[in-house]
Amino acid sequence: MKGKQPFEVVVADHGAAVLRVCRAVLGPGDADDAWSETFLAALKAYPELPDDANVEAWLVTIAHRKAIDVTRAAARRAVPVAEVPESPAIQREDGRDLDLSAALTALPRKQREAVAYHYLAGLPYSAVAAVIGGSTDAARRSAADGIAALRKTCAGAALPEGETR
Amino acid sequence: MTAQHQPQVQELLAALPAVTQAQLRALHDQLADSADARGLLDVAYRTIDTPVGTLLLAATGKGLVRVAYDTEGHEKVLATLAARLSPRILNAPRRLDAAAREIEEYFAGLRRAFDLPLDFSLSTGFRRTVLSHLSDIAYGHTASYAAVATAAGSPGAVRAVGTACATNPLPVVVPCHRVVRSDGSFGGYLGGPAAKQALLALEAA
Repeated sequence: MKGKQPFEVVVADHGAAVLRVCRAVLGPGDADDAWSETFLAALKAYPELPDDANVEAWLVTIAHRKAIDVTRAAARRAVPVAEVPESPAIQREDGRDLDLSAALTALPRKQREAVAYHYLAGLPYSAVAAVIGGSTDAARRSAADGIAALRKTCAGAALPEGETR
Repeated sequence: MTAQHQPQVQELLAALPAVTQAQLRALHDQLADSADARGLLDVAYRTIDTPVGTLLLAATGKGLVRVAYDTEGHEKVLATLAARLSPRILNAPRRLDAAAREIEEYFAGLRRAFDLPLDFSLSTGFRRTVLSHLSDIAYGHTASYAAVATAAGSPGAVRAVGTACATNPLPVVVPCHRVVRSDGSFGGYLGGPAAKQALLALEAA
């Protein structure tokens, strides 16, 4: 039968990818809330979504907006501190393995969005650009810069203390 | 990114914490509750195991709207509900707690009549009229297609009664299994002849 699938199928098909995207963009702390807000908003708008729409790109667009809302709300709650705490991105879980999700969260926003939407959600760069703004080439560059930075941090973590490459 | 780089990137990102089924289930269930609370859950469904197989139960805000046998194909039934009622459909067992309990009691022989709000919006016209008369056939009794046609006000519409029973969106709860041929044989059933026989045997016990 032609027409829209039950929303349950949308959650089953895309729930994991959207959670990975929320974690990458916001960090694990706020990811669950962003996921819930994303799927509630999607459920509300679902009947009006055109039947031939790219559901994954549509969900990423909603998740992107929700992530911005969550970040703004967190900024309003934040209290200024005298000392900037050490970035979690350079802490290692067991001495050798670097926490990749912390490294991802520490990337500049555009870079982690581009990495998340292209590599975790599988959107082509043209669709990534439509979500985050800017050109397709700029989206490709942001993702490449982000991956290069992650690779560098991970390569550093894989080497024994004091050694460099 | 070239094709050569792609696998390496995926390998790099594979170090991210996994998304587990338990995490997704918890988020899904929370979503179902919030959606229901905000009036966004147009159709809630669950399945229930019974002696006649796994039944799909679906309800709108008005009441139970669909009971479906395995043989009907639950995915196909849900797709039809999406097209005919609304695609805002989630597996959300809570709304079906009462229906599931009453159906379980029925199969345990502890219940003879259902006391559930029903939503007949999947049936129209004469079929709906027929369905509304089926609950007049008491537990443990049967009626012929011809008798139901007469009760529905159209004595000649015996075949139409057959069609109404065959397309009953609420089998078990709306007892089309109690309609049999005039010669006493079972006649057809949307859940299969074995299911009809099992329901009539249960009610005869």
